Order: sequence, then C-alpha cells, then structure tokens
Amino acid sequence: MLSVRNLSITFAMYEAGLRRRAITPIAGLDLDVRAGELLGVIGASGSGKSLLAHAVLGILPSNASAAGQIWFKGELLTPARQEALRGKEIALIPQSVGFLDPLMRVGRQVRRAAQLSGASSPVEAQRRIFERYGLRPQDARLYPFQLSGGMARRVLVSTAAVGQASLIIADEPTPGLHPEVVAETLRHMRELADEGRAVLLITHDVGAALTVADRIAVFYAGTTVEVAPVADFQGDGAALRHPYTRALWRALPQNEFISLPGAQPTPDDLPAGCLFAPRCPLATAECRAARPELRPVRGGWARCIHVES
Amino acid sequence: MLKAEQISFRYTHNGPWILRDVSLAIEAGEVVGLSAPSGRGKTTLGKILAGYLPPLTGRVSLNGAPLPKSGYCPVQLIFQHPELAINPRWRMKRVLEEAFVPSAELLRDLGIEAGWLNRWPHELSGGELQRFAVARALGPATRYVIADEMTTMLDANTQAHIWQVVLDHVRRRKLGLLVVSHDAALLGRLCTQIISLPHL
Repeated sequence: MLSVRNLSITFAMYEAGLRRRAITPIAGLDLDVRAGELLGVIGASGSGKSLLAHAVLGILPSNASAAGQIWFKGELLTPARQEALRGKEIALIPQSVGFLDPLMRVGRQVRRAAQLSGASSPVEAQRRIFERYGLRPQDARLYPFQLSGGMARRVLVSTAAVGQASLIIADEPTPGLHPEVVAETLRHMRELADEGRAVLLITHDVGAALTVADRIAVFYAGTTVEVAPVADFQGDGAALRHPYTRALWRALPQNEFISLPGAQPTPDDLPAGCLFAPRCPLATAECRAARPELRPVRGGWARCIHVES
Repeated sequence: MLKAEQISFRYTHNGPWILRDVSLAIEAGEVVGLSAPSGRGKTTLGKILAGYLPPLTGRVSLNGAPLPKSGYCPVQLIFQHPELAINPRWRMKRVLEEAFVPSAELLRDLGIEAGWLNRWPHELSGGELQRFAVARALGPATRYVIADEMTTMLDANTQAHIWQVVLDHVRRRKLGLLVVSHDAALLGRLCTQIISLPHL
C-alpha cells in the first residue's frame, strides 16, 4: 500500500539576520505497510516520526524539501497526487482535538470529512460512524472543547474512518490518556486494519504499539534502524536485530528498566558513520566510517553491520 | 513526614467535589505510588501537596508545620508537560538557575549538555526539557518530590534514565517521593506502596 524509500527531509532555517543553515532531521527513512496491516512506528521524540506523517500527507512546511521516494498503491506519490488523495484515500488521526476546528460542531466536522472522501450521504455516514464508535446522536452538536478525553478520541477516529481511506496514519493517538481509553483507541486502530486498510500507528509508547501492531518500525535520529515482527519483542529481546531496539525493549519498566547512556544526535550535528555508533556497545571503526545500509535480517530489516543475517 | 489530612477541594463554589476527605502521609525516603482513573483528582492533590493550591478544608503539613508561604518550597512538583512549566521567553540557563545553581554532577547525571543551556525552550524536545524540570526540582532544600505523570510523554529509554537519577537522589538524600501514574508496571517497579483515590 505504502512504500517509503530512502526519504530525507531538509529544512532551510534562518539564524540571526540572513545567515542560512540547513538541517536534515530525516535521512534514510524506509518502511512498507500493506493492506490489512498495522505497522507501529516507534522512536524517541526527535526521531522523525511525525515528520514522516507530514511527508506522506504532503503537508511539510514550505522551508522543507524532501528527497527519496514515497509510493502509494504502486504509483509514485507526487505533490499533486498527495493533494488529490489527502482526506480521501489517505486520512490522518491527529494527536488531539486541537487539530479540529474549535468553532464547528463535531458532527459537522465529521460530515465534512465524509463529504471530502466522497460519501453519497454525509449525514447518514456520520450517523453510522457515531453509532459504531459509541457516540450518541446528540454528541454531534458538541464543540471540541466540550468533549471528554474518551469522546475526543472517538470523534478523531470517526473523522478518519468515516470515509473509504485505504491508508490511515495515526500520529500519537493515545498521549497521556487513562488505560481504558488507550485500550479502546488501540482496538479501533486494529479494527481499521482488519477491515483491509493499512494503518500506520506512530507512537513513543512501545508497550501500546506491541498490543495491536503486526510489525514494528523503529526510528532513531531520522532513520529506520529496524523493522521487526511483533513476536520478536519478548523475553530478553534476543530475537531483535538492532542494538537500539534491544535497548528500548530492556528499558521498559516491565523488563529491566535500564537506560542507555548518552542522547540521540541532533540534526545539526550528526555523526559521519552509523547514527547510533556514539551510544552503541558494538560500535567499531567501520561503524564510525560509513552509514550502514538497511538490509533483510531474519524476516525483518536492520541497519547494522554486526547483526547476523 | 509530608502529611495531608482530610483534604477536600472543588474548583468553584457549588461545583462538583474533586477531592473529599483525602488523607495520606509520605515518610522521608519512602516512594509511594498514586493511581486512579482520570478525573479522580490526582493532579489536583499533587498541586495541593506542593502548595500550588490551598485546600478548601483540611491541611497539609511538613514535619508538623505548614508549608512555607514564600521562598523555595521543600515540596517540589514535576508536571507531565515541561513545556508548560517553563518560561518560553527565557533561555534554558536562566530557566535552570531560577532558584539555585544545580551542580555540574547533577547536570551530567541527567545528561543535560552544555550546549543546551544557550537554547530557547522551543529548540529542545520534551525529553530534554523534562531533564531541566527534574534538575530544578532536586534543589538542596528539596525534601519531597511529587512526580505527576513525569515520564508519560517520553520514550522508554529516556523514562528509565530520568527515574534512575531521581531514585538515586531519593535514596542518597532520603527524600520522599509521590509517583502519580497510570502505568501499573512503572508503579510496581518504583514504589513500596500504591494508593488509589475513591470515586466520588
């Protein structure tokens, strides 16, 4: 459904006066998501997760330039095609109701999303989607600020699921919510994939992603370091391929709760070789010399020269 | 001992009660977890314990005396969203040194890099900002720390790192710690005792 190949994004920034500087927060980003699949995208803040979503939707700010390829349904995704598909074939579930129009009743916003995606009867589509997600008919008359945390999640899922979008991108859909709402939102994501749509679940919460995803893509400093089936996240993490993924797994409180020293490099100060080398227990001179390629390893992918294929 | 006795609170006169006759006590050196569904008043209780809000009835005491009304509060509160707890118009050095100058050792332990001090808050990530919030809260006069969903927005690695530093200070300095969190695995890992708030 969606293939991202060697995507990089560069921002031109003005410093004091007219001095210009370029930063590249995404370099070497690859992933695939198939119809009927839920791909979890995990990584720390600053790893490029949200920028990926913006790049696929074609809503990067004007001072950004992208290189690499994004394929959607076997065809290259051009800016013109992105504009034509956005909200119809490709839908976004945003982080919070802050992304809704604060002055429009939520029912109308869902009807508008239905209309954009080509529903013959937006009114009927909104009524059915509210019913599906346990929202009452009268909730359609509420404004975004009047929604509780749980209702807000259901409205946001409704805006994306009301149409026929075959790719749904959820950007941090469960931030700081209580466990029941998190579980419900994740269940909704799973259902959308089970209907045959492709779902990208972007989150910093490894535990949440693991409960519903088929595969997990791990981002570090704007690059894909590993793609792994969910089943590989178990025990001491020996089935995982990349040392960063193993460190993330070990850091969970239900596992060893051990952190990795150091910090993710910033986009204006990237190391020349492997981006993870400065923190990697396996790093050698070869790692510091050149960026490793993403290669197939045991039914997944890894960007590390030390992992056995 | 940090003690809350028979605390009740509501935000408006005639509004719904957020807290009703809540009592709890945290000993120096003790790590207590507070877990309850959203809307039960966990955050409000944290603000009352740290002196940000006065309780409507009941009292908060530290070793038998009320919390000081001015100066550095010995009960420090760390919020979920550091970007809302930091002055966006100050550079990070000024943010960090608002109340005291943290030791180089503390900055090193938290992984705060020298280059970050010259930046504006919007130039740092949530995880980087939260390290500053933690450094500010671990001042020499701190006796108790209330951590309200302190690492909910952070990745697992940054979460484990920040907790290691906080737990190390709690042990060495015999601080009391209240951990407010939805994450049962996290509370189980950190706390000797977990309390809940009743439904009102």
